[in-house]
Amino acid sequence: MLVVEALKKRFGGFRALDGVSFHLSPGEVLGLVGPNGSGKTTCINVISGLYPPDGGRVIYQGRSIGGTPAHRVARQGINRTFQSPKPFLSLTVRENVEIAATYGNPGDPPDLDDLLESLDLLRHAERPAAELNSAQQKTLDLARALATSPRLLLVDELAAGLNPSELARMADRLRALASRGMALLVVEHLMGFIDRVTDRVVVLAAGKEFFEGTLADATRDPEVIRVFLGGGNHG
Amino acid sequence: MRSTRSRHAGRIALDAGLAALVIIVMGTLRTVYSNELLLFNFMLFLTLAQGLNVIYGFTGYLPFGYVGFYGAGAYGFALAVMHLGLGPIPAMVCAAIGAVILGVILIPLLRLSGAYFAIASMAAAQAVYEIIANPALQDVTKGPYGVSLSQVFAPTASYYITLGILAATLALVVYLRNSRFGLALQAIREDPVSAASAGVSVVRGRVLAWLASALIAGLAGGSFAWHISVFYPDSAFDLSISIFAVVFTLFGGTATLIGPVIGVAFLYGLYNWIGITVPQYFQLIYGALIMLLILFLPNGLASLLTNRRIRVP
Repeated sequence: MLVVEALKKRFGGFRALDGVSFHLSPGEVLGLVGPNGSGKTTCINVISGLYPPDGGRVIYQGRSIGGTPAHRVARQGINRTFQSPKPFLSLTVRENVEIAATYGNPGDPPDLDDLLESLDLLRHAERPAAELNSAQQKTLDLARALATSPRLLLVDELAAGLNPSELARMADRLRALASRGMALLVVEHLMGFIDRVTDRVVVLAAGKEFFEGTLADATRDPEVIRVFLGGGNHG
Repeated sequence: MRSTRSRHAGRIALDAGLAALVIIVMGTLRTVYSNELLLFNFMLFLTLAQGLNVIYGFTGYLPFGYVGFYGAGAYGFALAVMHLGLGPIPAMVCAAIGAVILGVILIPLLRLSGAYFAIASMAAAQAVYEIIANPALQDVTKGPYGVSLSQVFAPTASYYITLGILAATLALVVYLRNSRFGLALQAIREDPVSAASAGVSVVRGRVLAWLASALIAGLAGGSFAWHISVFYPDSAFDLSISIFAVVFTLFGGTATLIGPVIGVAFLYGLYNWIGITVPQYFQLIYGALIMLLILFLPNGLASLLTNRRIRVP
């Protein structure tokens, strides 16, 4: 469904992505992990159309979409959440999802009441998004993304700032989405959450992927340990 | 769902009713009040404040050079009458075209934001003024010496055409406040990155709002040229027109229908009441008012109610 090939993105002289490759199938949850600055969010930003790539390809359902503007990418069935929540603050919760359902969903949008109810946002539907707390705003980002009925969902640190019971519920929600055939790319620092949600992980460091497999294998890989914890082996 | 829909219909009816009330008041006042020029200027500022509301209230761009479109409209009208020998209605079309062309030329300014956009738009308006008022172009624009369009002078017709333009502008604001497109524009204002993720074409939305607001100011400028019929570049490109429109809109509350109307009625009323007779007190009061607004009510009078979750029409 999604194939990322040797993706490159530079900011001035800094190579945020230096040839990242991975693939993702429908119904699969892929974790993207790595230290701060390893290019996880940049990767999501390039796939979702926020930045054009400087090299390599993003192939979605057989077509190259690298450099397609974000609003077109959204209509093609790729959507995302943001690391720090970005709702439309002065608009109501309902209006936030209504916009996405209207403009970002070329097919039949889901019933918005059901969608908000499933994310515990229905009782806040008529409140401005500015009045929600930050966990609720993140959930609203997710609701807005789901209103476009994406086939590929990019989740950027959704778990940060959630309490343990919220974390468990969010993990169940993401697994439920995958079980309905949605592909998910999950960027996250909380390894418990990654362990619970993902089928497979790709480990990034300095804009390159250097491990791919299950999280359990990753934690036993000496290279991964060296990148995350540092180590004596300065080679 | 049903209650949501009927509430929506109620909101549209309230907005449309208030817009109609403004038009009826401005239409009937002319028959009972003799100072037509004052009423005409009220209509111009109501139109300009709402035109500014379209671009600032809905997309967040604050064009301090908004008067550039007004001047382009005034001179579009004047040039069409002087050189093409057109009647007032086709000349109004030329006023609109002139302002929209200027709007298209200035589309790249939308890449800027905040104060940079405000300053750049002001510089653009000044540049257009310098071209029009250039003595070397006296054969075309009459340069700084001004134009006289006595051949089309028609105070009654121009008053009611201007009323029609105001009505269309109010209708546009009612539409934006109650339509999905207006909601999309507000989404762009709140967060362009999120708006794009929600499938909204940010560039298209901004450009449409920008050109609509240029068109409104151009038509207001054309009305001014027609109704006044003798004017100078200094009066068509007077920066205080921009500032008035900005202050009136901010005072009442942006992205509302009634906010700019209240701003014009109160502040332009105040200006005409004391500004003409004792200008020194007027400037004192105006300055103090602007400072108090920015300190305590940056979102205008409407925010007194919206902060309490009461919808302002």
